Amino acid sequence: MSEETLIAPIGVLAFRHASVLAGRCARISSRNLDAVIMSVMLPVMLLLMFVYLFGGALNTGGRYLTYVIPGVLLLCAGFGAATTAVTVSQDMTSGIMDRLRSMNVSAPAFLSGHVAASVARNAMATVCVSAVAVAIGFRTSSGAAQLLLAIGVLAAYVVAISWLAAAAGLLAKTPESANGFTFLFMFLPYASSAFVPISTMPTWMQGFARNQPVTPLVETMRGLLVGTPVGNAPVRGALWCVGLLIVSVAGSGVLFRRRTR
Amino acid sequence: MNRPLAIEMCGVVKSYKGIRVLDGIELAVKSGSVFALLGPNGAGKTTLVRILATLSTADAGSVRVAGLDVVRNRRQVRQLVSLTGQFAAVDEPLTGDENLRMVGRLAGLSSTEASTRASQLLGEFDLVDAGARRVSTYSGGMRRKLDLAASLVVQPSVLFLDEPTTGLDPRSRQQMYAVVRALVAEGVTVFLTTQYLEEADQLADQIALIDAGRIVAQGAPAELKSRVADQVLSLTMRSAGALADAVAVLGSRASPMPGLCVEVATDGSARDVRALLDTVDPGGLGLEAFTIRSATLDDVFLALTGRASAPALEEALHV
Repeated sequence: MSEETLIAPIGVLAFRHASVLAGRCARISSRNLDAVIMSVMLPVMLLLMFVYLFGGALNTGGRYLTYVIPGVLLLCAGFGAATTAVTVSQDMTSGIMDRLRSMNVSAPAFLSGHVAASVARNAMATVCVSAVAVAIGFRTSSGAAQLLLAIGVLAAYVVAISWLAAAAGLLAKTPESANGFTFLFMFLPYASSAFVPISTMPTWMQGFARNQPVTPLVETMRGLLVGTPVGNAPVRGALWCVGLLIVSVAGSGVLFRRRTR
Repeated sequence: MNRPLAIEMCGVVKSYKGIRVLDGIELAVKSGSVFALLGPNGAGKTTLVRILATLSTADAGSVRVAGLDVVRNRRQVRQLVSLTGQFAAVDEPLTGDENLRMVGRLAGLSSTEASTRASQLLGEFDLVDAGARRVSTYSGGMRRKLDLAASLVVQPSVLFLDEPTTGLDPRSRQQMYAVVRALVAEGVTVFLTTQYLEEADQLADQIALIDAGRIVAQGAPAELKSRVADQVLSLTMRSAGALADAVAVLGSRASPMPGLCVEVATDGSARDVRALLDTVDPGGLGLEAFTIRSATLDDVFLALTGRASAPALEEALHV
């Protein structure tokens, strides 16, 4: 291939493009004030709803606030990532795509710009949810290392599902249908150990709940924040994140080429 | 060494869902010239430009831009060309200035360089006051100007403009023409598509007429006009009956016009004009008046494609 000689500069170029585009996406997100308010308000409302409305009726063997925090954080990651599907789809259906392609912006650079913006949006929501959680009485005895690890787990999940959402955004013909795709992984935390113990679910549901990506991640975060036993959850959680990432990155490469024929 | 041709297309074919949009296109454009691709809606203009700008690929045939194959050397070609499409490729939630700076950064400028270039372009395009406003508040004309400015953040050696003045008011149109002329003066090759015959005539060194995916004629504006006829004899008849007789006697040479008029090509010589008048009105009673005018590109289109171009028809219907 005649392009082989350009591989090193292309890598540098892709990184530069990705960082410029991450700035672009973050700026565009921040201009949509309704969406900004929603992305912070919704997770906070969910936290309060679970703790004060449902929490009283749920017996999880301890304070419900402590039990539910990892789940709410992962749930809000799902909401944040879902936006990625819509923004990718909006770009694909607008003239800006021609501009980016004619400037040699590669698919990975374009999509990682969107993913980076998603991580930034989620970081903001996570900070707000955590602040509210502390304000209503959440305390952890974990050290700095464990807190950092918990943030790392959350970040890994955000990156993995943001890439999945980006692929969904490429698959969807319109931004509206991209929004529909995201329903699936926004719903995942409900059918996991995030809000209620799996043992309280019907038997047929338990198999799914135990073996889907959110459960091992919730268990890992709970272990890091609250000190519950984790078993092999960290390994399974890591495998899920890596697996989702590989499938989404590879899939989005193929989809991008097909969409830009 | 000769300068390579800016654009070469040989036997280019492109189909979408079984429909041939481009059907054996042959084109050559000299460096530093303005080339206009003229044709009605749906003739294949946009598809052709997208192939040249590497945004689409031909099914068959070869395409070279600045001497480079657009498929094999796509990355290099992209560094040399810029496209301003029909739909403004700018971000609406961002300001004009932010859009231009982003393009500069993507093109590899430092942030200081990108901001300097952005202010410079906002100045050149008369958008200084609008620079700090979001593009969503811009008028259609301002958007197109910003879009063109974005295509010029790094000066390309070949600039593609897909219907650059569609939807612009006359003043913005003149500004666009001035920009094109200034770029050509700096050595940029400009390839534009248009539905406006007058635009091609005003700007282009070479014109190609495209119709249903084929180039039906190619040449300098003057050359194309001479291939049809230099002059047009425009006849105004006294009555509908006389008009019908005139059209019947002229047969396929007649171009019916609104009202009691019919036009026919002539070389402008007294002998030819006299002969035509005698043919049309042998009794000397049917003809009210006649004028002779120079042929326009509308006439060229009609003569070479056997039908009027879409915009000309539209105009005839509206007026």
